[in-house]
Amino acid sequence: MSAATEMKRREFLKAGAALGGGLLISLYIPEFVPAARAADPAAKPVALNAFVRIGTDESVTVISNHSEMGQGIYTSLPMLLNEELEADWARIRVESAPVDAVYNHTVFGIMMTGGSTTTNSEYDRFRKMGAMARIMLVGAAAQSWSVDPQTCRAEKGFVIHTSTGRRASYGSLAEAASKITPPKDIPLKDPKDFTLVGKPMHRLDTPSKTNGTAQFGLDVYIPGMLTAVVARAPVFGGKVVSFNADKAKAVPGVVNVVQVPSGVAVIAKGFWPAKLGREKLEITWDEGPGTAVSTADMREKFSALSKTPGLVARKVGDPATALAGSAKTITAEYEVPYLAHCMMEPLNTVVDLHEDRCEIWSGTQFQTGDRAAAAKVAGLKPEQVKIHTTLLGGGFGRRANPASDFVTEATEVAKAAKAPVKVVWTREDDIRGGWYRPMWYDHFAAGLDASGNPVAWTHTIVGQSIMTGTMFESFGVKNGIDSTSVEGAADILYGIPNLQVDLHSPKNEVPVQWWRSVGHSHTGFSVEAFLNEVAHAGGKDPYQLRRTLLAGQPRMLAVLDLAAQKANWGSALPAGRARGIATHFSFDSYVAQVAEVSVEKDGTVRVHRVVAAVDCGQTVNPDTVKAQLEGGIIFGLTAALKTEITLDRGRVQQRNFHDYPMLRMFESPAIEVYIVPSTEHPTGVGEPGVPPVAPAVANAIFAATGKRVRRLPIKAEDLRSA
Amino acid sequence: MISFTVNGKPVTVEDPPSTPLLWVIRDSLNLTGTKYGCGMALCGACTVHIDGQAVRSCVAPVSRAEGKKVTTIEGISPDLTHPLQQAWIEIDVPQCGYCQSGQIMSAAVLLAENSAPTDKDIDEAMSGNICRCGTYPRIRRAIHRAAEIKTQRGAK
Repeated sequence: MSAATEMKRREFLKAGAALGGGLLISLYIPEFVPAARAADPAAKPVALNAFVRIGTDESVTVISNHSEMGQGIYTSLPMLLNEELEADWARIRVESAPVDAVYNHTVFGIMMTGGSTTTNSEYDRFRKMGAMARIMLVGAAAQSWSVDPQTCRAEKGFVIHTSTGRRASYGSLAEAASKITPPKDIPLKDPKDFTLVGKPMHRLDTPSKTNGTAQFGLDVYIPGMLTAVVARAPVFGGKVVSFNADKAKAVPGVVNVVQVPSGVAVIAKGFWPAKLGREKLEITWDEGPGTAVSTADMREKFSALSKTPGLVARKVGDPATALAGSAKTITAEYEVPYLAHCMMEPLNTVVDLHEDRCEIWSGTQFQTGDRAAAAKVAGLKPEQVKIHTTLLGGGFGRRANPASDFVTEATEVAKAAKAPVKVVWTREDDIRGGWYRPMWYDHFAAGLDASGNPVAWTHTIVGQSIMTGTMFESFGVKNGIDSTSVEGAADILYGIPNLQVDLHSPKNEVPVQWWRSVGHSHTGFSVEAFLNEVAHAGGKDPYQLRRTLLAGQPRMLAVLDLAAQKANWGSALPAGRARGIATHFSFDSYVAQVAEVSVEKDGTVRVHRVVAAVDCGQTVNPDTVKAQLEGGIIFGLTAALKTEITLDRGRVQQRNFHDYPMLRMFESPAIEVYIVPSTEHPTGVGEPGVPPVAPAVANAIFAATGKRVRRLPIKAEDLRSA
Repeated sequence: MISFTVNGKPVTVEDPPSTPLLWVIRDSLNLTGTKYGCGMALCGACTVHIDGQAVRSCVAPVSRAEGKKVTTIEGISPDLTHPLQQAWIEIDVPQCGYCQSGQIMSAAVLLAENSAPTDKDIDEAMSGNICRCGTYPRIRRAIHRAAEIKTQRGAK
């Protein structure tokens, strides 16, 4: 251990003790690189520390470096840790980590939550942290009893000397354990000996989410805090020219009105006067070039671009020659709109800014970036900014903003207000606030041989790049190709001998961002829906064609067969109902879904049942895996059937749930989720449930009505039969 | 000044009478279990009871509560023993959890009026509450289960 890292370790011990109560068991493994995840051989060692605290009151606090936004990691990370720690599960509680390099994501190198990677990236680390703590606790007990640690065992929060039956509780050992040198070798259990991992466990956060005590960002109130809402430009990129706040200031409860880079903030004693004040503002805007953006124009331009060659993201074989020599060729164009994330908790952030420090409370997925951004605004060093991560009332990617938009803005408001302030976005601010899933066009051509099998496949994608111009550019954009633009298209698992995927990345003023399943949210739809067109053109059953093309993909083939079997693919259905099938590989997980659908005379689509099968490697909490697939399916159905963001001369035309509607209870299908047992390294579950449902529904609609759906959201007027 | 009771406790507030009850509950009374989701009675996250009726507090002026009994999520049981809370925990309904206060408050009125709701009854009573995480299938199961728990308790 170098002097510098030893210093860091000591600092952490001190910081940990100062965090309050009990003792921080500081955990550090030098030169540790998680073997299974070290895709880049040049990756730097990942410093580890401080993931568990044992209190003298026997409390066991697991410190989570990932944000809880509904995906259940405040339960599954403690399960991983306690699989090895062997504490009493009933004593476990969870706390969010402060921002520090030791809590960095093992792959992304910053503290953040995203990409369906929490379980996958922490599977080894959290078990090692638990095991390390246990070894130290056992060591402390053995030392005090003057026995060999090998003769002791750990069980439900106690170290027990096996031959004498002497016992010591973890709480009583914690202090001594912290003085034991952390072990270098940390053996982990064989998965067959797991007692927690892979077993359905109740979520630790459910009780607090049924009695109103769960604390989200919006629920943070600190002494002297004011509430602000911000009037932002009606067009993306617009700037304030001038404003008159006289009428706003006359609203009782309004304390101040200040200009910030993003607009004009009305600061008041509570949300309601702030909102009333904002309605009274008179602002002159320079709307800028964003007024040129209209959805109708974009559709024309994107459609034209999709028929021209782009940057080649992948090429296999000789698709042009193969297409020319095909017995039959088909082409089709697919399109999906901009989409807003619409987390149920609108964005908000509390900032308490002082001359020499800043405290921030936010439900963020992007702590390191947000801290740096807030420090820049505040004129402080990042270490002077403390971020408290609250529970997130949904994230779906929006709260991992590469520009730290909502935290930056809140810090600007606090700086101008000279008071602790909570900035709250209204639902209208959220829906009109940009950072959308990009609008996409996909143009396909396929060539079939004489027996109806696809031998050539070309796919041209048109849409804005998410990562270009962000800190992720060097990581995810190579030779002009943003990997998130072509994911799910350039890496399809189907065995087609000649294949090409091209990309165009036009730019405009509309800010775009990752939205649950990112690029897969469009390629899942377009690829799988077009594959059904290929099956139809070749006279094949859509399930059987997929079986043929997945011959070299045993894991996907297994989920496909499982979904088809559970859905009774091929069996008779009541009149008017039909099935559609789709698969999609995303976030290293394999998913297949079968949707059962009917279409009413007025064109209304009813989704009655969705059967999903997933292979996500070793599951940690299988009930959470099911919940994530269920939620992903509903999320995907909202996109398939309901929502689109459109612009007219730069103005977003939707504003709240009446014109940006979510799927509701009466529209929610019965959902069955089946998990393929596996001991492979865990892969993503938060996002992979989303992509296959839109194409499964579209394919079922074709089976029911003979009408092709090539554009989302699916519109009743296109399916009307009368 | 407007007076009413919240979860059995008498309160008097000085907010203007047109202020939505939601913001009085949150910003003046500091009960944060009731959530803001849309401000237009479209999502149900702010659902509370006024004299036992489900009300979207984001559009109900506080004046409407004058002299009435307001119940929020914090008031439906002191100790997580309401049949809906028990069922929600048993089935692990919540994901992010933000909408669940409103879901439970809507379901509580349904259950009070109908001890054995059908799927159709649930569709009708619960379609005003949005869950972006997509917990609808579990909410449905949990309401059926809560009805069972309630019936079992009644039989004792």
